[in-house]
Amino acid sequence: MAVFNLNINKKQYQVDVDPSTPMLWVLRDHLNLVGTKYGCGIAQCGACTIHLNGKAVRSCITFVDSIGDKEITTIEGLSENGEHPVQQAWLGHDVAQCGYCQPGQIMTAAAFLSENPHPSDEEIETAMNGNICRCGTYTRIKAAVKTASNS
Amino acid sequence: MTIVKTTYNRRSFLKSSLAAGGGLMIGFSWIASACSVDTPKGIVIPDEWFEINAYLKIGENGVVTIFSPNPEIGQNVKTSMPMIVAEELDVDWKNVLVEQAALDTSKYTRQLAGGSDSIRTTWSALRMAGASARTMLRGAAAKEWNVPVEEVTTEAGFLKHTPSRKKAGYGEFASAAAEIPVPEKVELKEPNNFTIIGNSKKNVDGLKIVTGKPLFGLDYKVDGMLYAMIIHPPAFGMKLKSYDPNEVKNMPGIKDVFTLKTYNDDYERQWSDAISFNEMVAIVGNSTYEVWNAKLMLNVEWEPFKEQKYMSAGWGGNANEVNVPAGLESTEGHIAKMKAAAAKPGRIERRDGNPEEAFRKAAKVLERTYTAPFLAHNPMEPQNFFADVKEDSAVVVGPTQTPEPMQKSVADRLGLPLDKVKVEMTRMGGGFGRRLYGHFMVEAAVISQKMKAPVKLVYTREDDMTFGIYRPMYHAVYRAAFDKDKKLTAFHVKMGGVPENALHANRFPAGALDNYLAESWAIDSNISVGAMRAPGSNFNAAAEQSFLDEVAEEMGVDPIQFRLDLLKRAQENPVGERNDYDAARYAGVLELVREKSGWDTDSAGKNRGVAAYFCHNSYTAQVVDLVLENGEPKVEKVFNANDCGIVINPDAAINMTEGSVVDGIGTAMFGELTFNQGEPQQNNFDGYRMIRHAEAPKKIETYFVENDIHPTGMGEPPYPPVMAALANALYKATGTRYYHQPFVKNSFGS
Ligand code: FES
Ligand code: FES
Repeated sequence: MAVFNLNINKKQYQVDVDPSTPMLWVLRDHLNLVGTKYGCGIAQCGACTIHLNGKAVRSCITFVDSIGDKEITTIEGLSENGEHPVQQAWLGHDVAQCGYCQPGQIMTAAAFLSENPHPSDEEIETAMNGNICRCGTYTRIKAAVKTASNS
Repeated sequence: MTIVKTTYNRRSFLKSSLAAGGGLMIGFSWIASACSVDTPKGIVIPDEWFEINAYLKIGENGVVTIFSPNPEIGQNVKTSMPMIVAEELDVDWKNVLVEQAALDTSKYTRQLAGGSDSIRTTWSALRMAGASARTMLRGAAAKEWNVPVEEVTTEAGFLKHTPSRKKAGYGEFASAAAEIPVPEKVELKEPNNFTIIGNSKKNVDGLKIVTGKPLFGLDYKVDGMLYAMIIHPPAFGMKLKSYDPNEVKNMPGIKDVFTLKTYNDDYERQWSDAISFNEMVAIVGNSTYEVWNAKLMLNVEWEPFKEQKYMSAGWGGNANEVNVPAGLESTEGHIAKMKAAAAKPGRIERRDGNPEEAFRKAAKVLERTYTAPFLAHNPMEPQNFFADVKEDSAVVVGPTQTPEPMQKSVADRLGLPLDKVKVEMTRMGGGFGRRLYGHFMVEAAVISQKMKAPVKLVYTREDDMTFGIYRPMYHAVYRAAFDKDKKLTAFHVKMGGVPENALHANRFPAGALDNYLAESWAIDSNISVGAMRAPGSNFNAAAEQSFLDEVAEEMGVDPIQFRLDLLKRAQENPVGERNDYDAARYAGVLELVREKSGWDTDSAGKNRGVAAYFCHNSYTAQVVDLVLENGEPKVEKVFNANDCGIVINPDAAINMTEGSVVDGIGTAMFGELTFNQGEPQQNNFDGYRMIRHAEAPKKIETYFVENDIHPTGMGEPPYPPVMAALANALYKATGTRYYHQPFVKNSFGS
């Protein structure tokens, strides 16, 4: 066990956990930030996507002792109440079915669009390809990313 | 308007009572942000609620809360069911809040998510709930205003008496309405007067989903909750021999390690109690990660089991002895056994005319074999459940498609009366049939009882994928006989599977052919199976609709016209007593997809395939357009034509259709679970290939046949036929027929 000071969604948190604990479980079990989802645990599905200094990473393989003073953003911190253009586009297209994969999809899309604000369809496909949606909402996700890129 | 009697369900739900003032009825200590319902901007939560019936309560300010009775699995019933109530209540959708109801069999009719049946089976009850509340509000206003009730009308949440120019919001009369006797009869709206039904409404949980609010079973938490995981046998055919808890018991955060038996030996299982592994090791601790670490460290020994028997009841209720054979099975063995079984006569399920003679006399016989592998459901949210078991009562909370039968399973196992087990449903991160089988609820409850503490049982993805309850492995041989003029004279299907087959003997093209034979067979297995999205149909349609494409080609006729001709025959002069489809509606979706896809005018130069199917009370026809890019198929466009009767929430029905299309293409192209020595060879998404963004169709268009027929579901019907439409389009593109799933391999043991 070790104490870690974490900067998450512009707030300071302190946790006392095993240094090899993935951020996914730190967020979910210790900090009650459960918007970040567990899907596979092996970097295959993207459900656990968070931002580390603005870059999308898989929190299931990002260990708490590797964070240091980097800034973490989770879906809860992407905006105050869903105002982020990506979240708005998701609502506009009513993308979700079960909704479980969507926080991860949104976090991937948001990081991607901040680097590439006006992507082509192919670039969207490539950027989003690591995020599985078992319900098959891919066409809506693509449309929503497109909408967000235009806003 | 339609007048209907309300008597049949009076006692079941139409009980007026004053709700306890204030406070929303919501589960106990969900973590903070879950403790409020999603309140759309502008809605003011009332200080006082008046419960009019089990489906709705009205606040003094006119805000209405509608309880959605059925489990929400992504099929969007949490929006569409309240829409039906709101329609008949005649309230402005902007003033409606929605809450998930807990399991309550005394109030609600069928709290189950499965068979695409949520809307079909509750449509009448939901309409009546809204209509009777509206009648009671009118009664209350008539009394107060001292006017005949017939003269009191409603409009979007307001009561009106036009002659005296009186007008009041529902909220003003909610309290009085709650005291009005439940009406004997109520008026229902005519479909052409619907203002909410048929107009797309956004997912009521939309904002919570995109902001990551706690919604799912895995998110559910209470103070002092422990985490638990199970370790099950690594292979089918194995059972627990021994394990050494000592090493892990002292690991950080670990509370206990013990053997867990899900069902007692003398327990008569229900259909929803299907399970492969009844005895496991449970590990309990303070956090998911600590428990997971201990799970990885634990030394467990397993041994092959002998043939086993237990009593189990089917859907209908009658209990049978179920035999579980011993042995460690492999995919190779399954393939060999299937080939052997298919070569022998099967059990005759339907026989019209004299098919044997027609085949003997045929100028040509076309025979094709189709196969599909075991599949795992792989819902995005792995199985999990919360349980808090006390001495004399229990609360279980989480994602389940079958709260009602599982309440009984949990109560029986804990030794508690049924009414002492409270079941609450969270939103489900998918299910696809997997959450019809609720062993994890019993496991969570047993662990909580032992620990005397609230417990969350969590399956890893690997647990979820290797625990069993799969879509069976299937095999079908189709034969068609032609005379010298290439006329189709007989049709024969022989279908089998491990451990069950997918045959629906009375579906199309049965009824359209004079000489028809359907046979079935099955091979025993200790690998457990269960319903997966459009069970049976999900293979049946893929095989049959591919075969029909080849038959049409053999005859030199257009594949849509060929089907329409058969359906015309089935409609005008059906063969046989029992044909489980409506030929006119079946033809309707084919005609619609022909028109919308420009089949007759716009097919030149395109690699197009068509298919149609009827299952779960709805009809779907599809056209798939694809191209080859560097030899890889890319689906450009999919056209869907659906007939599910009245469409409640069009955009949601379109979303479900799109999901089914993507899922169907993914299943047919990539889905496969294989076995070696009883051990599943894929246990996570690195080995089990799921369809991804780049493989999804570029465009999906969805159309509905417009009619006023009682609504049916859309969760399953578009899933099966798209596999065949894809196979038929692939044939156009490649010249190769795709007989064996997954199509990326297209071989069956060769
Ligand atoms: S849970 Fe991290 S990628 Fe799947
Ligand atoms: S919406 Fe269900 S997994 Fe994506």
